[in-house]
This record gives sequence, C-alpha cells and structure tokens, in this order.
Amino acid sequence: MNYYAIVNNTLEFIKENALIVGIIAAFCVVAITVGMWKVFQKAGKHPWMAVIPFARDYTLTEIGSTGLIGVLAYVILPILGIINLNGIRYFYDLNKGASKPIYAILFVLGTIFLAIALFFHVLSSIKLSNAFEKGTGFLIGLILLPPVFLLILGLDQSKYVRSVSTSLGLKASRAISNTLIHIVLVIMAIIWLVPFVCIVLQSFRTETKPDGTMITWIVPDVFPKKWGLDNYINLFKSDFVDWYLNTFIIAAVVALLQTFIVLCMSYTLSRFRFKLRKGLMQFMLILGMFPGMLTMIILYRVLKDLGLTEAHAVPGLILVYVASSGMGYYISKGFFDTIPKTLDEAARVDGATRAQVLFKIILPLAKPIVIYTVLTAFMAPWGDFVFARYIAFGDSSGMNAAVGLWKWLTQDMINLRYTMFCAGGVLVAIPVAVLFMCLQKYYVEGVTGGAVKG
Amino acid sequence: MKRYTDMEYLRLSKGRKFLYKIAAFFCAIPRGLKNFFLGIVRAVVNFFQSIGREFADIFTTFVKGDWKTKLSYLVMGFGNIARGQILRGLLFLLFEAVFIVYMIVAGAKWMSMLPSLGKVGPHEVYNAVLDQYTTEYGDNSFKILLYGVLTIFFIIAFIYTWRVNIRQNKISEQIIKSGKPLKSGGDDLRSLVDDNFHRTLLALPMTGILIFTVMPIIFMILVAFTNYSGINDGYANNLFTWVGLDNFNTLLAWEGAGNVYSATFGEILSWTLIWAFFATFTNYFLGMFVAMMINKKGIRLKKLWRTILVLTIAIPQFISLLYVSKMFDKNGIVNGLLSDLGVIRQNIDFWGSTAHSALLPRVMVIVINIWIGIPYLMLIATGILMNIPADLYESAKIDGASGWKQFSKITLPYMLFITGPYLLTSFTGNMNNFNVIYLLTGGKPINAAASSAAGSAGYTDLLITWLFKITTGEGAKYYMASVIGILVFIVVAIISLVVYNLLPSIKNEEDFQ
Repeated sequence: MNYYAIVNNTLEFIKENALIVGIIAAFCVVAITVGMWKVFQKAGKHPWMAVIPFARDYTLTEIGSTGLIGVLAYVILPILGIINLNGIRYFYDLNKGASKPIYAILFVLGTIFLAIALFFHVLSSIKLSNAFEKGTGFLIGLILLPPVFLLILGLDQSKYVRSVSTSLGLKASRAISNTLIHIVLVIMAIIWLVPFVCIVLQSFRTETKPDGTMITWIVPDVFPKKWGLDNYINLFKSDFVDWYLNTFIIAAVVALLQTFIVLCMSYTLSRFRFKLRKGLMQFMLILGMFPGMLTMIILYRVLKDLGLTEAHAVPGLILVYVASSGMGYYISKGFFDTIPKTLDEAARVDGATRAQVLFKIILPLAKPIVIYTVLTAFMAPWGDFVFARYIAFGDSSGMNAAVGLWKWLTQDMINLRYTMFCAGGVLVAIPVAVLFMCLQKYYVEGVTGGAVKG
Repeated sequence: MKRYTDMEYLRLSKGRKFLYKIAAFFCAIPRGLKNFFLGIVRAVVNFFQSIGREFADIFTTFVKGDWKTKLSYLVMGFGNIARGQILRGLLFLLFEAVFIVYMIVAGAKWMSMLPSLGKVGPHEVYNAVLDQYTTEYGDNSFKILLYGVLTIFFIIAFIYTWRVNIRQNKISEQIIKSGKPLKSGGDDLRSLVDDNFHRTLLALPMTGILIFTVMPIIFMILVAFTNYSGINDGYANNLFTWVGLDNFNTLLAWEGAGNVYSATFGEILSWTLIWAFFATFTNYFLGMFVAMMINKKGIRLKKLWRTILVLTIAIPQFISLLYVSKMFDKNGIVNGLLSDLGVIRQNIDFWGSTAHSALLPRVMVIVINIWIGIPYLMLIATGILMNIPADLYESAKIDGASGWKQFSKITLPYMLFITGPYLLTSFTGNMNNFNVIYLLTGGKPINAAASSAAGSAGYTDLLITWLFKITTGEGAKYYMASVIGILVFIVVAIISLVVYNLLPSIKNEEDFQ
C-alpha cells in the first residue's frame, strides 16, 4: 500500500463517517485548547493565546525555548499542512476525473515539506515535554496534535461538509443549519441586549459602603446587592431636570422647523426644473464634504456675541440645528421622485397653483416621509453631543442631557455620579426608544430608500 | 499599447485580462490629464467670454435704451417705477439705498482693514474725566475678517442685482415695443405661489445654508491663512494677521520645527483611513450576513431578532457608547465577569496602550462599532435582499450552484451594485465619525510622542476628533484646525471622486442587467 492509497482510503473513511470524525476532531480541539490553557496559565503566559491558532504555537515555542526548531514545527507546520491539503484535494478531483497539474505539484512539495516538518515536530515535542517535566503521555499528545489539526482543516473544505449533509439528507441538514442560525441569533441578541440590561441594573444599585454612604462608582458586579430608587430620586434633585427639559424643548422645536425646511428643499429639488438646480445640488454635495465641526468655531463666536451660548444655549442650539438642515434633503427628495408627476400635471390643468398642488395633493401622499423626517429630526438633537458640547459647555443650566451626562463621566465626577448617570441614561433613552419602536416601519422605509438612491 | 476589441478581450485568460486592465488604466492617464487641463482652459476661456458678453450687453442696452433705462444705471429700479412696475422698482431702490448706507457707515471701514486685519492692539489711554489710564481694546481681527467677508458677499450681491435691474429694463422695453402689458406687482406676488413657487420654497432653507454653512466655511478657509488662535479670543489681545501658507508648511513639512505636527498628522491620517476601511466593510459584510440569516426560510421570530438589534439605533449613542466604554473599563463589568469566571487573573486595560502601539483599543473601537453598525446594514440589506428576483436563485439551483456560489455570483454583485453610493457615503461618514471615537475613548490612549504640542492627540484619534481637540481647551489653535479641516475635505473629495467614477452603478448601468 503506497502513500497515495493511504490518503485515498483515509479520505474515503472521512467521507463515509464524516459526522463521527468531525465530533471526535471537535472534541480533540476542545481538549487540546483546555490543556494548553492550563499550561499557559502555569507558564505565566496569556491563556487566551491557547485559542488563537498560530499565536498558540508561537507561545509554545517560547515556553519551551525550543528556538528555531520549535518555530518550524509549530508555526510553519500548519501552513505546510494547508499546502498539502491541496494535494488531498487533488486526489479528490482525480477520483472524479478532473486533473489539475498545480495540485499534483503542490501535493508532492507539500508531502516532502510535511515529512521534514514532522521530523522537527517530533524533535521539538521531546524538548518541550522535557521543559515541562512531563511524562510520555504528554509527549504522545503533543506529537499527535498536528495530524488532528490536519483533519480539522480537511473538514473545513466545503466538499466534505456537503458530504456530511448529503449523508444526513436534505431535511435534516436544513434543520441543523437552522438550529445553528438560531443559536447564533440568540447569542447575538444577548450581546446586543447586555449593555442595556446592565445599565438598567446599575441604575437600581443602592448598596452602601460600611460607613453608610452609597456606592456611586464603577463596580465590577452585574447585579446590584441592594435595589432601590435612590439614584432616580437624586436625579430629580440635581441639574438633570434642567437638562431634560432643555433637551425636550430643543428636540421638539427642531423636529417641527427642520421637517418644514427639509420638505421645502426636497420638494423643490424633486419637482421644479429651474436653471440652477443641478448646480445647487452639486454645490451642496461639495459643501457636505467639509467637516461640519469646522463651522463650529465661528458659529460659537458669533452666538457668543449674540449671547446665545452657555446659560442661554437653547435658542442658539435650535438655530444651529435648524439653519443647515436643508442639506439633508436626499432621502425625502428620493421619495418625492417616486410620486408620479402626472398627478401634479392633472391638478395644474384643473387650475391649481403650484402651492395648492403641494399642500392638497403631494403632502397627503407623502405621509411616510414626513413621519420619517420628523422622527429623525427629533432623534438627532435628542442625542446630539458634538455641537451641544461646543456651544453649551460652560454653564450647567444651558446644557442638554448628552453634555450633562457626559460631564458626569469625566475623571473628577465619575466616582460621585456613575450610578446616577445610568439612571439618567435610562430616563433619556426610554421616550426616544419607545417613539422609535412605534414608528420603526417608517424609519426602515426611509433608510432603505435612502441607501438605494445613494 | 495594443488595444483589444471586445471579443479579443473576452478570449484572454484571467491573468491577462487583469494585466490588460492595469495597462489600459496607465495608458489612459496622459489622456485623462490632457482632457483635465484642456477642460480647465476651456472653462476659463468660457468664463471670460461670458463676462465679455455681459459687458457688451450692458453697453448696448445703455446705448439703445431710452432715458428711463439710462437713468436706471444710476438709480436702480427707476425704469420699473417709471413703467408702472412699482413693487419691483421699490425693491430695487430699497436694496440700493441699504447698500449705499451700509458701505458708507461700515462696509468701507471693514474693507479697508481687511488686508491688515487691524493694527491697533490693546493699549492704555489717558482719560481726562476720570484722571486715570483706561484700557482701550483696539481692533478686533475676528470682527474685521467676519464683516470683511460679509461685505464682500454684499458687494457681489449688489453687482448681481444691478445686472438684473439692467436686464429687466431691456426686457420691459421689448415687451412694451411688442404691445403687451407688463406684469403688475400683483402678478409678481401671485407668481411666488405659482410659477416662481420654487423661489419661495427655497428662500428660507438657502438663507440658512448661506449664513450657517457657506459663510462659516469661507471664513474658516481664510482662517487657515492667518494665525488666529485661542489667545485672540479674549480681551487681552484681539489681533491676528495673515501668515500666508505657513500653517500648511507646518503641518506638511516633515522636518524642522513643525515636525511634531506633521508626524502626528501622518499617523492620524493613516489610522483614520484604516479605521474608515474596517468600520465600513466589517459592518457592511457582517450586516448583510445577519440580514441573510434572519431572512432565511425556517427562521422563527424574525421580528424579535430585528427589534432587538434595532435597539442600538433607537437609544441615543451618547448613552450606549459612554456606557459600553465604562463596561470595558479596567474596573468595569467585563473585567469583573472575566475574572469571576477565572478566565483572566489580571484585569485587562482595554483602553490602555503598551509603550509603542495601541492595537487593543483600536481593535476594540472597531469591534464596538460593529455592534453599533450592524443594525443599520441589516435594515438596508433586508430591504434589498427581498427585492432580488427569486427566479435568479432557482435557476442557479437547477444549474447546481452551491450556496457560496449563489452568494458570490448573485447576492453580492446585486448588493454591491445597489448600495455602491451608500458604501461611499458611509466610508466618508466613518472618516468623520466623531461620536464613536470621542465617546468611547476620547482619542486615548495618549500618544506620548506626539501629544505635547499637537493638541494631546491619542492613538485612536481620527482627524475629526483631533480637530475638535485642537479647537477646545487651553491654547486652541484655530488656524491649525482649519488647515486640518481643509485637508480632510481634500481627502474626502479625492476618495469620493475616484470611487464615484469606479462605481458600477454609475459607470456601466447596462452591464449589470
């Protein structure tokens, strides 16, 4: 029996018993990883290295101080293994009658290298097991490690995976893949929810230190040891009430005015054909490439001269948000483009003015985009941080919630205000999250349309 | 270079095709450059020609016009009033009066001071009444620059209006000659809700954009050529002056005194591009992947999964990001959990750096951005994926295409084609993604080599957060900020131009179908 036949038979075996081999291989990987973890922990290396393929091998050579031999065996060997794997694929193709010379060359080369590397691998394994002062069992395990790896890499090839699924039958394989997806989705849902659950939990933390004062800083526990509403009560005694009101006023006014302006702009650019239309749109495209923050410097100075910063920042912020909002016309223009023009023309023939066409015909049809615009125009200033930080920074009474809460997390405040920040965050998030969830449908329509139109 | 016909090209092997494309690209460069410069020359020539035409028109109108028209050259709107269009005439007249009064009262003064940006610094003046020295603040360069720019705007507007006024006279004369009645003031007002409705609608938005975007941008571009810094903000010293290209030299010179800036700039620019690349494409592909998983047949509770993911859009970023950044704090929940489980023995400093690099915080920022970004992409991709005709997949299945083949040959090209422009805007948007960086790390860990002089730049700082840091706090260097802003603009504009021309959806719309 020559080498070819061995590989061929092994492949046949894997194909026939793919599931069992896979389970054994997965078990081996887990066992090896756990073992490595412990080894690394003992050697004082970072245990996480045991999970990352090549880093793990490199760390092993470091621990064993095996030098070049170790590097050869543990870092280069797996790479060579992959090359040789192509040789295995060559066999697979050969069986089907497809022959590709490149695979043959790779296979021969890979086999030669593999033989050399295996030799070094045995050498370095002996050295390693001596370094750890372990018995022969450990040595055998180490020597067997790369072949197991090769098996797993082999299974990675979609052809073998498919042979697994065909041996199981279509229905069963779909059930398996759906189960896997469900598992992934559950894990994702947990990852996405954890921060929000944690922040809610933190906001109820009212445990006290031995001297009776409340713990208000970052604690590495997820669940509070004592629950209570103290954080929320304290919140209502602080400046937070001002910030909350400011935020609400700003967001409500901006939502109204911005919707009006955006609709004017987008309707005009969608429906009218006037001389400067193209130029205007290109000009605004170029304007949008300047970082918006650049304009803050001068706007701050001008607003300061007008007395609209710091304590009186609310009207100043409204002005800044609303004034440039005409630039965000793309999405609603895209929507107006989809309303047939024949509607306008019919109305015009009947003697309606352009203004009547807009108010009596187009606007009632444009309800989804109006809601989308109001929603985004409300949410943006509700959570805006950049401009508010610039304009309303100095005086607490003019801040919005974002800046105020951000200030609570700065170096000198965080130990006094961390749990209150969490409570404030919950209060700020709830209304806008509820609003968003109710109007989600319109948001999705707007975003999808916007992305498609670009 | 030999040019292939389409048929010959199709017969080439994959490698040759690729080489041919590259060669063709380089061969096209000289032609492109030639066209570009010719285009510029043509534009300049056109510009001067049109100016010449305007002057000729102004002249002939004057020579051929009656006395009403001739007088309108001096008194704007006279012709309109004399011909009965009182409303228009009065508006013209009012504009001229306001302009003249403004120029006499203030405009001329600001214009004359613009070249020097003010000379008189703060000084002590003897006050005879109080019998003591009081401080005079002297010239305020900021105001001079601001009002100077505004005055120039005003002059341009005046010249334009003057030209319109002349054209109106010419047109009125022609209409009267042909025997038709002129439009009355009532007609004009009525047209504002009808034929000229677009002017009414655009008036408010465009005024806002002009005052709050265009004017500040022009002002800040000018600031890049001055030495306006935080020192000039107070009352101690309001004088700054033109310095030409010095600031650009400081930022771009790789040697000499500006070394700190240029090194920092290089580092931050490269990180900004790396960040934008990863932030855009990780979100794009993972988001698409998640959308496909949720859309798959047989997956239950689709709505629930979507709603949970969308939470990150619904909840303001400043809450979620600030909280997440504290979760990964050295004493935060993540470290607490990991050490409770026995995974780590020492708390990991996720936002810290080693001596020379800061790989961990950079990776963290990108990973957390995935958490923020996947939901958007999932929403977009869901909408688009549902629009892909199902028969494409069915015929692919009949031909025996595997799942991966179907994805790479149908789904991906379709998505890329439709969302090409979106990818571009999200790339440039990520370059300027202030929130994620500033709220998560604040630009930290601080880059000791570059921090001292250059606005305490850190390893995760993007150009935009660096710009922000330079404009706040002690010793704000506005001139540097505006230089960086201009460079950001240039980078974004170049990327947009290049990518826009490469986009399949713009280049060869027919190919795809």
